[in-house]
Amino acid sequence: MKKILVPVKMVLDANARPRVRADETGIDLSGMRMSINPFCEIAVEEALRLKEAGQAEEVVIVSIGPAKAQDTLRQALAMGADRALLIQTDETVEPLAVAKLLHAVVMDEPPDLVILGKQAIDDDCNQTGQMLAALLGWPQATFASAIRAEEGRLLVTREIDAGLQTLSLPLPAIVTTDLRLNEPRHCALPNIMKARKKPLTIRMPADYGVDVRRRLKVLAVRPPSGRKPGIKVATASELVGDLRAAGLV
Amino acid sequence: MTCDVVIVGAGPAGLAAAIRLKQRAPELQVIVVEKGAETGAHILSGVVMDPVGLDGLLPAWRDEDDRPLRLEVSEDRLAFLTRDHAFSLPDMLFPARMSNKGCFVGSLGAVTRYLAARAEGLGVEIYTGFPATEILYDDTGRVDGIATGDMGIGKDGQPTAAFTPGMELRARYTVFAEGARGSLSRQVIARYGLDRESGFQKYGTGIKEVWEVVPGKCHPGLIRHSVGWPLDRHTGGGSFVYHGADNLVTVGFVVHLDYANPTLSPFDEFQRFKTHPSMRGLLAGARRVAYGARALTEGGWQAVPRVAFPGGALIGCAAGFMNVARIKGSHNAILSGMQAADAIAAASDTIAPRSYESGWRTSPIGRDLYPVRNVKPLWSRFGLAGLALGGLDIWTHALAGVSVFGTLRHRRPDHASLLPLADITPMAYPKPDGVLTFDRLSSVYLSGANHGENQPCHLRLADPTLPIRENLPRYGEPARLYCPAGVYEVAVAKDGTPSFVINAQNCVHCKTCDIKDPAQNITWTPPEGGGGPNCANM
Repeated sequence: MKKILVPVKMVLDANARPRVRADETGIDLSGMRMSINPFCEIAVEEALRLKEAGQAEEVVIVSIGPAKAQDTLRQALAMGADRALLIQTDETVEPLAVAKLLHAVVMDEPPDLVILGKQAIDDDCNQTGQMLAALLGWPQATFASAIRAEEGRLLVTREIDAGLQTLSLPLPAIVTTDLRLNEPRHCALPNIMKARKKPLTIRMPADYGVDVRRRLKVLAVRPPSGRKPGIKVATASELVGDLRAAGLV
Repeated sequence: MTCDVVIVGAGPAGLAAAIRLKQRAPELQVIVVEKGAETGAHILSGVVMDPVGLDGLLPAWRDEDDRPLRLEVSEDRLAFLTRDHAFSLPDMLFPARMSNKGCFVGSLGAVTRYLAARAEGLGVEIYTGFPATEILYDDTGRVDGIATGDMGIGKDGQPTAAFTPGMELRARYTVFAEGARGSLSRQVIARYGLDRESGFQKYGTGIKEVWEVVPGKCHPGLIRHSVGWPLDRHTGGGSFVYHGADNLVTVGFVVHLDYANPTLSPFDEFQRFKTHPSMRGLLAGARRVAYGARALTEGGWQAVPRVAFPGGALIGCAAGFMNVARIKGSHNAILSGMQAADAIAAASDTIAPRSYESGWRTSPIGRDLYPVRNVKPLWSRFGLAGLALGGLDIWTHALAGVSVFGTLRHRRPDHASLLPLADITPMAYPKPDGVLTFDRLSSVYLSGANHGENQPCHLRLADPTLPIRENLPRYGEPARLYCPAGVYEVAVAKDGTPSFVINAQNCVHCKTCDIKDPAQNITWTPPEGGGGPNCANM
């Protein structure tokens, strides 16, 4: 392979405690810690491992998001990626628009393999990889737990209910990562310093002729209601009585 | 690698120093290392901020779109609490210099992020997630920089597959801006005997929650401080309630760490405080959205060590520039960063920024701390009566320019103030109700504290058997109670054998254990980079 493209998304950090805005329009992100989506980080790590094993020559990272997403791209560069592209927008971009933008980037580049996280932990859509595969007409292997390149094909293992399923894909292809694919590396300080000098290009969605306006309307965002305290019952018949009284049996 | 100046800690002091250095000498390479996962992640303060620091550092800040402080104090109340009542204390008890007029209610985390953006705009390199864990010295014994911690060391102390070694950063000057009880600051103070004349520092532990209150109950700009209940009259401390924007109200409590009763729990005192009749109304129907804790320095003027040493300087709370009477320190943190930077930028050698050492006592920092220098010693000696004496002392200072007390020394370090169990009445705290009052674990959850699981315990015991052997029988092991994050437990096995448990992953990096352990057996060290709390706007 000559080139692997890894799309990454900046999301609210998994350890941050989200606070829903009082007007129910969404999560208040002001001052909150933003990080690379964990599944995307796994995708970057896998691409780098393929490169370090001599299976690929270049790893290119792309993100779609606000100017601050440059931090996310710099992190991927510090891990070892070669260059990065930010398609800058302050809009909330839905999976279809993301897939269309990525489609355009793939046409520009073009890579032999696109590795994406299976989903972003903020909207949990789990759609972008599949939509991109459809737009490109490329084969796809989702929820990868192991990837091996062999004689111009890709062997991808997936964890499914019945056990492990291994797919063999011709290249170019789309792979989305599951949690157990790898454990991403720490970024060493010297690599973070070097990453500041690696090329990072910024474009706008309009440069690709893609309309990123939202097609879905969010009616309200509410925090989950708190768990009501339970009661202790002494006997099974008391339990049945209470369930009956509550109209549950 | 080598740079001109390395600064440990991206708080208000460290970033002010970085900004000032670049303003004075743009050609300098200035590197800031920060243990928090991002700038502001480990920043916690009230905060009612005196803008004198920001005004000096970035005079145009008030006109900027992204200015971090927008809400001026509109009403300033001070109350003395008994269990059932709150008595307002009149303004006239306090000289003008104690007033919060012109100060801002805000978030120190937001101030810090603003300063970080300005610093980066000037070319400062800030590396977050990298704690400085070691001081480097050169052959002449001068501080020559720091080393960042290794990553990917397992629980057993052995490198894992993810091992990433730390890095040496050598610099002409090294500035420690770690905040109160900094782990490297302590070492550098000991190495050069910087506290030979000043003696030991005094501390408090501040615990803070942010509440989203019912619309109509928040009066943006209103602040209230209190002393008295739930603390007894011998125990120093008090509450702060700051009304911010967007129905967010900061509720917090400080307990001075020279308390005597080993069964006292600062966390539970704070929880109890929220049940005071003057608080119930404000918090009715409200929701707690954030939690955190941090130790602060309280020793003031006479406890500040020498702040310059061969190869660098101590600034901010690492030096101890907190004004305990005004309950403010971040303005002095910024001013001290600027003064250290001025001294470094003007220095012709690499020995010590001497003009910083010789200048701060006659600068605005000194003028802020000197008149209130007896408040803390009087408070510690005589409790609430001492606080009143301290107020009187400030007045005589304001009117006559002298103090009848001269400069009182602090009598004992905080770890030496506990009485044995036999000599005290054990405290009894009510159970949390889950609405107004909470337990430690649900609180730690809100702090966003997180540490990678497979790493060595960063809370080091010099003698692992001491907690059970000595602290437990003599004091009931107070670590269980003074830690606001539930890090320390005494577990009892089926056969009745007690053991000391350290839940290091809960640690919110407040440093109270390092200060208060009566045997000084616990040393707080920085865990793997990026661990610890994730304060958003604390």
